[in-house]
Amino acid sequence: MKHLLGTKDLSKEMIKKILSSAGAFKDVLRRDIKKVPTLRGKTVVNLFFEPSTRTRTSFELAEKRMSMDVLNFSVPASAVVKGESLLDTIRTIESYEIDYIVIRHQSSGVPHFIAKHTKASVINAGDGMNEHPTQALLDAFTILEKKGRIEGLDIAIVGDILHSRVARSNIYCLSKLGARLRLIGPPTLLPPALKEAFGISELKVFYRIEEGLEGADVIMMLRLQKERQIRGFFPSEGEYFRFWGLTPERLRLAKPDAIVMHPGPMNRGIEISTEVADGPQSAILEQVTNGIAIRMAVLYALQTEAQGVGESSG
Amino acid sequence: MKVILGAEEIERILSRIAHEIAEKGRRAEDLCLIGIQRGGVYLARRLQRLLEGILKVPVPVGSLDISFYRDDLSIRKEAPQVRKTDISFDITGKRVILIDDVLFTGRSIRAALDALMDMGRPAEIELAVLIDRGHRELPICAQYVGRNVPTSRDERVEVRLVEESGKDEVVIIKE
Repeated sequence: MKHLLGTKDLSKEMIKKILSSAGAFKDVLRRDIKKVPTLRGKTVVNLFFEPSTRTRTSFELAEKRMSMDVLNFSVPASAVVKGESLLDTIRTIESYEIDYIVIRHQSSGVPHFIAKHTKASVINAGDGMNEHPTQALLDAFTILEKKGRIEGLDIAIVGDILHSRVARSNIYCLSKLGARLRLIGPPTLLPPALKEAFGISELKVFYRIEEGLEGADVIMMLRLQKERQIRGFFPSEGEYFRFWGLTPERLRLAKPDAIVMHPGPMNRGIEISTEVADGPQSAILEQVTNGIAIRMAVLYALQTEAQGVGESSG
Repeated sequence: MKVILGAEEIERILSRIAHEIAEKGRRAEDLCLIGIQRGGVYLARRLQRLLEGILKVPVPVGSLDISFYRDDLSIRKEAPQVRKTDISFDITGKRVILIDDVLFTGRSIRAALDALMDMGRPAEIELAVLIDRGHRELPICAQYVGRNVPTSRDERVEVRLVEESGKDEVVIIKE
């Protein structure tokens, strides 16, 4: 595999391969020497056109743990503000002999565009409202660790499905792994046409959170994207919490051993209450640790294709 | 395909290697075994049982995956499948016997040595292999060898063990 652009086009076999190696990378993170020489001599550029702290630091740490040389290229410091075109930026970066480009951009499809114009391997770190594949993979890895399986689990995704690239990547990834998915949210953020767009028949839609959470194994809360709430999808943040926020009472409707996830950063008191976020069923901090392991596993899986030699042991 | 070792011969060889390992060590308490995934892991567990019988002390055993330390990652088409590294004891100060099924170019052993160095500082590391088929590309040699088997480069040596293949045998396959 050359690029990781989304989970929509990722095969089930490749997803399983990445998930199965992530455990070994997580073990590396627990050792005294938290580093392996696997990608020594390879260079990666983290190209972030949209502000991001956790995804960027998670990628950067994963890259360093793999012994890569890391360049960070973020918008305010770059030539982009001086009017350089995206293609010129890529060409400039490419002349540094780069092996991997990790890209986050506010517009959907930019990673796919870059992949067509570079020899480097491209990893999508979030593009507009499209996909955020490493988040979905780390979520799947976290569920697998906590539950031992994904197939047959009832997984509820709650909140602003419409604007969420995390939701989209998770829906494609988890349904390929055999989960039963429930989408929960206000009709304005979960229009009926959206369900059709995914083309997944088993997808269930709920407009009342109480109904949707009943008997769920996993609850994935989405961040309410305040920066995108420009057209008034709901009356107020207080109102949103009253109808859609995850409270201890609502959590009790799910299975007793259900886990709660959130991609961060959290809006406490808007989509999730503090008691639930910090409670015993929360897997939120585990997701952060797993993010580093899964990004190492992705970098490992995207070995730049060379002439290729066969299996040689010895 | 030619069978070069059968089940009984493999058993005799492992018993001989276990005695050689036991004879050489000064402190049985410092001994530990680490098998390289996958064939080496099964052999390490068998040697553990034999050595515990001889030495009458527990002998810790671990498994090592060398994928992250390979030198051929950038020339392979696909990244090799990662298996479990499971070493639940501290190797610092220990006498480590590294175990593999076939010794060939020596590159796997180089990778295994680097991996072990990242986990601690053993007092010494020795190498035990069931088959040494020659064609070394690095200055590496095994202290304990089950059988020296002259091969040509286009042949493949396969160690098949009960744990995976249902029976014990070593075969040479002409490509």
